[in-house]
Amino acid sequence: MPVGAQGEVKVWQRRERGRQFAIWLGWLAGTALFVYCWQLISEITMWDFVWDSPRVAADIGARMLPPKWAYIEKIWRPLWDTINIATLGTALAILLAVPVAFLAARNTTPSATLVRPVALLIIVSSRSINSLIWALLLVSILGPGVFAGVIAIGLRSIGFIAKLLYEAIEEIDDTQVEAITATGAGRGQVIAYGIVPQILPAFAGISVFRWDINIRESTVLGLVGAGGIGLQLQSSLNILAWPQVTLILIAIFATVLVSEWVSARVRHAII
Amino acid sequence: MSVAESAPRRWKRPPLIKSPRLRWGLGLGAAIYLALAVGSIEVNWERVYEGLDRGWAFVVAFTEPDFIQRWGDIRDGLIESLTMTVTSTVLGILLSVPIGLGAARNLAPLPVYLLCRGIIAISRTFQEVIIAIFFVAMFGFGPLAGMLTLSFATIGFLAKLLAEDIESIDPGQAEAVRATGAGWLQWINYGIQPQVMPRLIGLSLYRVDINFRESAVVGIVGAGGIGATLTTAFDRYEFDTAAAIIIIIIAIVMFAEYTSGLIRARLK
Repeated sequence: MPVGAQGEVKVWQRRERGRQFAIWLGWLAGTALFVYCWQLISEITMWDFVWDSPRVAADIGARMLPPKWAYIEKIWRPLWDTINIATLGTALAILLAVPVAFLAARNTTPSATLVRPVALLIIVSSRSINSLIWALLLVSILGPGVFAGVIAIGLRSIGFIAKLLYEAIEEIDDTQVEAITATGAGRGQVIAYGIVPQILPAFAGISVFRWDINIRESTVLGLVGAGGIGLQLQSSLNILAWPQVTLILIAIFATVLVSEWVSARVRHAII
Repeated sequence: MSVAESAPRRWKRPPLIKSPRLRWGLGLGAAIYLALAVGSIEVNWERVYEGLDRGWAFVVAFTEPDFIQRWGDIRDGLIESLTMTVTSTVLGILLSVPIGLGAARNLAPLPVYLLCRGIIAISRTFQEVIIAIFFVAMFGFGPLAGMLTLSFATIGFLAKLLAEDIESIDPGQAEAVRATGAGWLQWINYGIQPQVMPRLIGLSLYRVDINFRESAVVGIVGAGGIGATLTTAFDRYEFDTAAAIIIIIIAIVMFAEYTSGLIRARLK
């Protein structure tokens, strides 16, 4: 325990002097970095707009209320599309992510030096790129529409599902695998009877969790033309139809709440 | 002696869902839904076929990404993204701590709890891009709107997880501090903070990562950052520049993930 001396009296201190100094330096560097970054942003900001923002916010707020309830007729179809994008995208991602996960897990990969890095690279690339960027790309390749949205959500979700799944595979209980192997089972049989039953609950949980996230993400894909409720949002914003925007936001909020409730129920039932 | 003793029994794998009615019902429901959903997607195959060339051009672009031609734009975008990441994470943490405290049922009275949970729900429901649209309308184009968006989005993530962490602390320690006659702040500082700190640091590091990734997206609606550069590249069909930007994003995310993994491993 570090003890300092104040004259004759010994005083308890929490840390050694060097360590205390290092922590102080860390805080100093962090604060300096923050201030520097803030300055860079502040330089390219037009502060007149910012000072005007309370008035603009009040103005928008006043225009947004009350919501235009009649518009709900027109958003049932986009909402259905949004849910489809999320669900089909998740299904597509599951199909592609399962093999990737088995190739990436240390205990099931056919080759740790050749195949595993490739699988990990697929996972990282898919995770790093947001679904909106995938959508941007796919809209310019496939044309606008729900199809591009489904593929975008699918590509984005591969990395997420495969990462969590391969971690689950690596954490399985080896004795069960050993027991199945001891009966003379082939490679496929070991996976089917030794590994799959162990990861099935985790797999179901991960899939539902990702579906929940995908519902949220698919609400904005329309902003870049990939279908769903985002298209309606974009067109309402373009014509400054604020009461419609409010209704769309309420619809999104309700959809997300329902999907969160469903996913919580399913995960609760599994675990 | 008769040969027929017991019928040979075959072992069958136990199904995931035990009740057969629920199992078949779910299966049938899923099949009907899939048919309806797939049926309602309209794919213009001619357009897809035409686009395949462009898709291939994009794949090829990854083998020869062009960092040089638009390097000025890429550099500006990257600097904006990185500064946005740093400032928004710091601001986000500063905002998340009080809201997280307020959203923990064992600390806060009911009205405060409901208010804080409401803020968290709004922040979690609406994607960064939607929030960014509003902030751009209010604060004008540029990284300030993006920074505020990411700060707000950080609240939904960090405050929620912090609140859940606080709700599951060991109440004995907090009670012990209380019993010494500590005030509210001292109670938080000595009874609760030490219990949640390691996880809070880990989550904050993870959030740095997410904020960088999201900073690449808010640019699509004009809130600054590398996303603006990327959108422009796609609009001009400059796939080689787009590929370069995506490679840079992946590299930075990998680096951030690796470092934060190292730091988290040391904290444990």
